[in-house]
Amino acid sequence: MDERAFRQSRYDEPLVFDLGREGREGLSFPDFSEPRVLEVPSQIRRKDLRLPQLSEVEVVRHFTRLSQMNWGIDTGPYPLGSCTMKYNPRLNEEIASLDQIQMIHPLQSDDELQGALELMYRLERLLSSLTGMHRFTLQPAAGAHGELTGCLIMRKYFKELGEDRGEIIVPDTAHGTNPASAAMAGFNVVEVPTGPDGCIEIEALKGAVSAKRTAGMMMTNPNTLGIFEKDVLEISRIIHEAGGLLYYDGANLQGIIGRARPGDMGFDLVHLNLHKTFSTPHGGGGPGSGPVGVKGLLEGFLPVPLISEDGRGKYRLSWDAPKSIGKVRGWYGAFPVLVRAYCYLLSMGGSGLRLSSGIAVLNTNYFLRRVEGIRGFSTPFQGIRRKHEVVISAEPLLEETGVTAMDVSKALLDRGLHPPTVYFPQVVRESMMFEFTETETRENIDRYVEALREISAQAYSDPQTLKRAPENTAAGRLDEVWANHPRTMVLSHRMRQMKRG
Amino acid sequence: MLAALGLSSLDELFSDVPCGHSKTEGVPYEPMDEFSVKSCLERMLSKNKLYGKRCFIGGGPWFHHIPSALKHLISRGEFLTSYTPYQPEASQGMLQALFEYQSLISELYGMEIANASLYDLPTAIAEAMLLSARVTGRRKFIVPSSIPKERAAVLRGYGEPQGIRIVEIAYDGAGRLDREALLKEADQGAAAVYVETPSFFGTVDAEIEEVVEIAHDVGALAVVGADPLSLGLLKSPGECGADIAVGDGQPLGIPPGLGGNGLGIMACRLDNCILRQMPGRIVGMTRTAVGEGRGFVLALSTREQHIRRQRATSNICTNEALLAVAAAIYLSLAGREGLRKIADGILRRTDYAVRRMKECGLRLPFSGLHFRDFAVEVADPDGVNTRMRGIGLSGGRDLSKDFGLAALLFAVTELHSKEDIDELVNATGWAAHG
Repeated sequence: MDERAFRQSRYDEPLVFDLGREGREGLSFPDFSEPRVLEVPSQIRRKDLRLPQLSEVEVVRHFTRLSQMNWGIDTGPYPLGSCTMKYNPRLNEEIASLDQIQMIHPLQSDDELQGALELMYRLERLLSSLTGMHRFTLQPAAGAHGELTGCLIMRKYFKELGEDRGEIIVPDTAHGTNPASAAMAGFNVVEVPTGPDGCIEIEALKGAVSAKRTAGMMMTNPNTLGIFEKDVLEISRIIHEAGGLLYYDGANLQGIIGRARPGDMGFDLVHLNLHKTFSTPHGGGGPGSGPVGVKGLLEGFLPVPLISEDGRGKYRLSWDAPKSIGKVRGWYGAFPVLVRAYCYLLSMGGSGLRLSSGIAVLNTNYFLRRVEGIRGFSTPFQGIRRKHEVVISAEPLLEETGVTAMDVSKALLDRGLHPPTVYFPQVVRESMMFEFTETETRENIDRYVEALREISAQAYSDPQTLKRAPENTAAGRLDEVWANHPRTMVLSHRMRQMKRG
Repeated sequence: MLAALGLSSLDELFSDVPCGHSKTEGVPYEPMDEFSVKSCLERMLSKNKLYGKRCFIGGGPWFHHIPSALKHLISRGEFLTSYTPYQPEASQGMLQALFEYQSLISELYGMEIANASLYDLPTAIAEAMLLSARVTGRRKFIVPSSIPKERAAVLRGYGEPQGIRIVEIAYDGAGRLDREALLKEADQGAAAVYVETPSFFGTVDAEIEEVVEIAHDVGALAVVGADPLSLGLLKSPGECGADIAVGDGQPLGIPPGLGGNGLGIMACRLDNCILRQMPGRIVGMTRTAVGEGRGFVLALSTREQHIRRQRATSNICTNEALLAVAAAIYLSLAGREGLRKIADGILRRTDYAVRRMKECGLRLPFSGLHFRDFAVEVADPDGVNTRMRGIGLSGGRDLSKDFGLAALLFAVTELHSKEDIDELVNATGWAAHG
């Protein structure tokens, strides 16, 4: 492969503050022909407003150029592990942009919002049956926000029972959000280790569980090594016998969607990432959506409002839930994101979802098989079947050549291939976590294998070249220390001006 | 590919999954084609009523103008389908756009630093509360009782597990935080005082500095909320001495979307203690490793959950990045003059609406200058709303449920003409007086 075949756009694009000219405007709106002049008292009038002054075309060119210096699923493969970067169908964008979605107000009467309420109600029913849960709240704004919601529900549940349980158990392979969310909900975090088979160590778990202190356990299954926790039923028994609750982090639902349900494995609460498994775009970091589903015993604790149907096709927001944890954000949830997820579910159907997990898992295992034996890369947990993602290690490469997983990532970028998630999970050294999803082509997966082979050869012959990568991207390798050092740190235009003195 | 693995069916890949794999779970129908999905959704959604600019509901979200250029720019696949910029060399566009968002928000709010978005205003206030508690080591958060109940509920949910007590202070006849009551509550146990202008009722507090001073006198932080459009003309939180500023970013080019398009603004002054405790993503400007050229990276990541885990400053990961880019585009389009004109236009329209309501014999519960939102007393808010809906107007937000006020909260924006406002006033008068 010719690595020169890839070039990302590279502009020396100035900051928006350095563009435009005095007196320019890029926006017009209706005048107000009222002769009376309103005097704003000088004590509340701001002194100056140092915003840039650009015409519309200047703004359009500026942000178009910035977009061209950005990687997206639309520009190439994006196999970030645990992020499920699948194709975002454009039909969903078209529907989500309709006025009937975007130009409605949450305080219109229920009668005037029947379409929106019906959509949310139907989405809730679908998510419930997909996961084996009783009811869902669509309110949480993101996966981590769903985790916080789930932890607040657990907290309230034990408070109602009059039990003082202050601990949440998480495996060492958990996403960082799990312990962070548990801590925000006031719990102490107890970590359990992963065994040589890539699964939670049952004996360690038994030692960590307490019938007095354990409120619950947060689990991702398949876990972040891409391995299905084979002892999930046993884990569920252990947690439940201790009186705790089992929480399912849905970040990796892609590994089993349409084939197995968390509810049937003993999970009591679930959050889903609609911006992962359900194909809604990530938008460079958001908006996302993290609905939380619960079994019947926790229904009363869900945030308000829920949506009910009266049996005659009329939908209502229902606020009557005396034990509810209240609200976790304004209004009812990221509605336009919910619309996209609903469109996705309609498009896929049950058989399509089942096929999606099948292909995603096939892609991963095919990649793993092909990558085995490339010099410098090891494939920990040999012989164990992966689901939708896999973690390989560049540790041998580092030891033998000094080339790190980060260097490999940058070399992939130079070949027009976005790197996997690196340095996570932390239980594998020099980890590289690949998730191709069901929408990636076999040709592209083969390109990754070839690229890793080439990079490996280069590492053993000329490692210094790899330290210079990437060269074909919008920027060369950047100085993270400079960005974080108090003396050189610049976090805004204003700080830049202050530093310049 | 199956053959390469020595398998004959996809199902064999799941032989280690102990339950459920014998049936198609959950979605009880077959895949639908694009045309059918579209028809199905259009049919369902046609049951939503669209008011357009005949929507006058106050308290947010609001119907402001959304520039066409903005809609097109944020639909670009390179922005839309990108992930959090973990590989900065290939993500310079999103990083620079977010750095510009932070910079524009910093200028607007008169602060030095802004993060690259929180979920919405209620969660931004909640995060400011947790941040203040970490910085001061104190556990009391003082807020005006003029914040709506749903916002107070979010604060309680976030505060209770950390042992934070939320104290509500009454408002006066001008919708301002009552200074006497505040002086009584502001003591050495207070982590912060939250105050906003315009208030939820749209009233502008001309002496926010007084509140900031009361907070600082007892060693508490001052958290000031402000509407971003109002800042085209009105004094910024920074100019008032705020330590932390928050705001609802929805007016910056983001459609109401059933309240689902949140954008939580958070900015702070350049203070190392506050900065190190700040939640959320922050983009920093840097140089290349070889020391030439400029670039952008995620900065101060050691505050965040993927590194710090249970000791992170917040659990936030996915945020509202694309909407932050929308806000940056909006502020770039409007610019200095445009934003001043919008703020001025809204102030004048609000002033006109308030004056006309009074001329029509209607009473306003709050005196003084209003921005966009204003309350009007009516004996039967629910009945007035029903009658107004009957003639194709949205009505207002009923303040009787949250505040025990027999009043409706309306909003007028730069989209409303004099005739639109006259129609609102006449309809309110008609519906209120029968």
